[in-house]
Amino acid sequence: MELISSKIHLDFIRWRWAAFLVSGLMIVASAISLMLQGINPGIDFAGGTLVQVRFVQPPQLHEIRATMTRLGLGDVVIQEFGAREEIIIRVEKQSDDGGKSSQLAEQIVKSLEPLAGQGNVELRRVEFVGPQVGSELAEQGALAMVYSMVAILIYVAWRFELRFSYGAILALIHDTFVAVGLLSLLRIEFTLVIVAAILTLVGYSINDTIVVYDRIREEMKRRKKQELAEVINIAINQTLSRTIITSGTVLLVLVALFFFGGEVIHDFSLTLLFGIIVGTYSSIFVASPIVLLFEKKGMKGGSTSVKAKEAVS
Amino acid sequence: MKQLPWWKPAVVLLVTLVSLLYSAPSLMGGVPSWWPSWLPRQVIARGLDLQGGLYLLLHVESAKAVEQAAENMVDDVRAIMRKEKLRYRGVEHAGGTDGVVVKLSQAADVEPVRKALAAEIVNVAFATAPDGLALTLTISENSQKEIKSFAVEQSIQTIRSRIDQFGVAEPTIQKQGEDRILVQLPGLKDPARAKGLIGRTARLEFKMVDEKGDLAGAIEGRIPPGDILLYGEQFDRASGKKTRQPYLLKKRTVLSGDLLTDARVNFDSQFNEPYVSISFNSQGGRKFGQLTGEHVGERMAIVLDGTVYSAPVIRERIDGGRAQISGSFTTEEAHDLAIILRAGALPAPVTIMEERTVGPTLGRDSIEQGLLSVLIGGALVVLFMGIYYKGSGWLANVAVVLNIVVLLAILVWIQATLTLPGIAGMVLLMGMSVDANVLIFERIREELRLGRTPLAAIDQGYDTAFVTILDSNLTTLITALVLFQFGTGPVKGFAVTLSIGLIASMFTAIFVTRVLLAMIVKNRRLKSLSI
Repeated sequence: MELISSKIHLDFIRWRWAAFLVSGLMIVASAISLMLQGINPGIDFAGGTLVQVRFVQPPQLHEIRATMTRLGLGDVVIQEFGAREEIIIRVEKQSDDGGKSSQLAEQIVKSLEPLAGQGNVELRRVEFVGPQVGSELAEQGALAMVYSMVAILIYVAWRFELRFSYGAILALIHDTFVAVGLLSLLRIEFTLVIVAAILTLVGYSINDTIVVYDRIREEMKRRKKQELAEVINIAINQTLSRTIITSGTVLLVLVALFFFGGEVIHDFSLTLLFGIIVGTYSSIFVASPIVLLFEKKGMKGGSTSVKAKEAVS
Repeated sequence: MKQLPWWKPAVVLLVTLVSLLYSAPSLMGGVPSWWPSWLPRQVIARGLDLQGGLYLLLHVESAKAVEQAAENMVDDVRAIMRKEKLRYRGVEHAGGTDGVVVKLSQAADVEPVRKALAAEIVNVAFATAPDGLALTLTISENSQKEIKSFAVEQSIQTIRSRIDQFGVAEPTIQKQGEDRILVQLPGLKDPARAKGLIGRTARLEFKMVDEKGDLAGAIEGRIPPGDILLYGEQFDRASGKKTRQPYLLKKRTVLSGDLLTDARVNFDSQFNEPYVSISFNSQGGRKFGQLTGEHVGERMAIVLDGTVYSAPVIRERIDGGRAQISGSFTTEEAHDLAIILRAGALPAPVTIMEERTVGPTLGRDSIEQGLLSVLIGGALVVLFMGIYYKGSGWLANVAVVLNIVVLLAILVWIQATLTLPGIAGMVLLMGMSVDANVLIFERIREELRLGRTPLAAIDQGYDTAFVTILDSNLTTLITALVLFQFGTGPVKGFAVTLSIGLIASMFTAIFVTRVLLAMIVKNRRLKSLSI
């Protein structure tokens, strides 16, 4: 069985300007969203208290809101979480923090009991992050991002060539930025788990890019006389079938995770679903054409010297 | 693929067997009764998000321990001054500082006082005020550091002993960074109570009531020097209300809780109300006897963490080193109070910096949904591979299943903790682990299209795909390692699962499938491949 005919030969390189336009539009849209509404930091980074409770009967949200107002907690976000009985109450970080916010959860549950009746509210989850921890976690998340990119840059430069590194890193930044843009657009809460999703997407995107690069490197050795643009086209076409199948299987499981994995990892799987699609797109339409851009600047002509190293076998 | 060395199938068989043995107890959800005792019995540890429990990150305010040390120095300095018969106007410790100030009436006294103090008190720096009328003793930097790190260690021990007495299976209590403590209590039923138990400083102090002082004036802000205004909570049985009762006390602590040996819950025979009876060690008992002897007819307040619990009148000298703390407790409160008194006070207050509580039902839901998505995701991939690559696809499926089994076995073996993101990592891995086989199979198909024989195509396919697989997996591994380095809790769990899974998938997808393929096509003149 074949999804993609082996005889297919698409001119991806010729479409690169259209692709750059698409990427540009996505980046601009992300930037606008980030400027206008920014990211929506979850309590992991912003600090604060999150309480998840389950009612036996679906509660009236406005009643909960009124109760919370009476407690005088400042900004409180109340929302359903997956099911109508499942409610999340998020309280912004308290300015005065004499260990009081750590007792907030019990206070909230106690205040909800009269609404639903004794024993009809169950405390499912409490998360409290102090302001200091929040900023530390944000710093660590950002550092993790930078370090992984630097590590990848070095690895790709060592295994391939420096211009491949540029392509890989630009594609990564592209993917990350667009994914963060989507999170901003959909107002998805930025949590530690989302950082894990974005780093996974970085891992996947680079994985995908490397497979295409590998084939470019191989074909460059074999077709020294041919134009680099044509070599890249051949490589992308040869790996197209694999790219689509692998992305497809990963998407299959992510769809399973999205629909059956439960509410807690809903945003995680959504981020990855989008990330895999963008990551696959970028290895074809961003990472590979960029190698070509750097070629045009650096050297002239078709006979490119390839310093690819042999793998340990 | 001329011949298959005998050790290759042996390795595959061995890894499969060992992995199955290690993962079986976890896969069956527990060690079954028939499971022989000499086989591995560990079950994979589930993270708090999967079994419920409490995660706390505590900050030890170790600067307060230094302050306390300075406070304690006041008594020492006074004793030395008295012993050496030196004149002074006052010795005091200003709140929030790490030093003690000795006030003198004439500048000529500075040098003899400094000498006398330096002879007995070590690890302090001396400084003289410009007018020569005050001498400041500051705890040296090294000594401060020591006090702080000791405070953290001591806090860990105290918290551990409180939790042990409270009864939690497999608690984790670790130092993190310089002044933080990480506490993980899996499977906890009552997080609020545990938090109260862990977070309380439990400084027990006995102070004399200032009977002559003007209580009303003190409430309005005119507190006599050397005194302190503290409150107690009074529970009125008739109205069921709690009221705050003010007490004017002598600032000096006459006896503190560090001389306790035991604390037990007892019941009052009259109201059947619980109280906590405490016993002092011999030194404490002697001191207590002496104190009560000297102050018959006066009131002595029992203060815990700045709250007055009771202030009974001393009727007679009490020997035998026993006292009781009463104060309208519930049985549970009395029980917890006894635990923290037995375990001792924290050397410095702790604050909660981060708390994550997962209820047991949410944990159960998470694991059920997580496993369901693993099964569905896995089934989809297996079906797809089987249909798309036919025979070879089923070979890859064997590798995917083996991959999960090996991963699970390694996680059990290294005692890693399975978290919800860890399960997500496993699901994702299933999608990615077929990638190696897809790369190989696509290469084999290409080689076949070029007209090679099946056997040559297989060899060529595996060899060329190997480099690609290595490069692509190593780069993914790099991000997983960075994630591990910087992540905490569940994110770390995800990184561990992903890293180990990637390495395991390289083994199963490249090595195992090739050996299996070789065994299948061995000694057969293959005309076509099912691919």
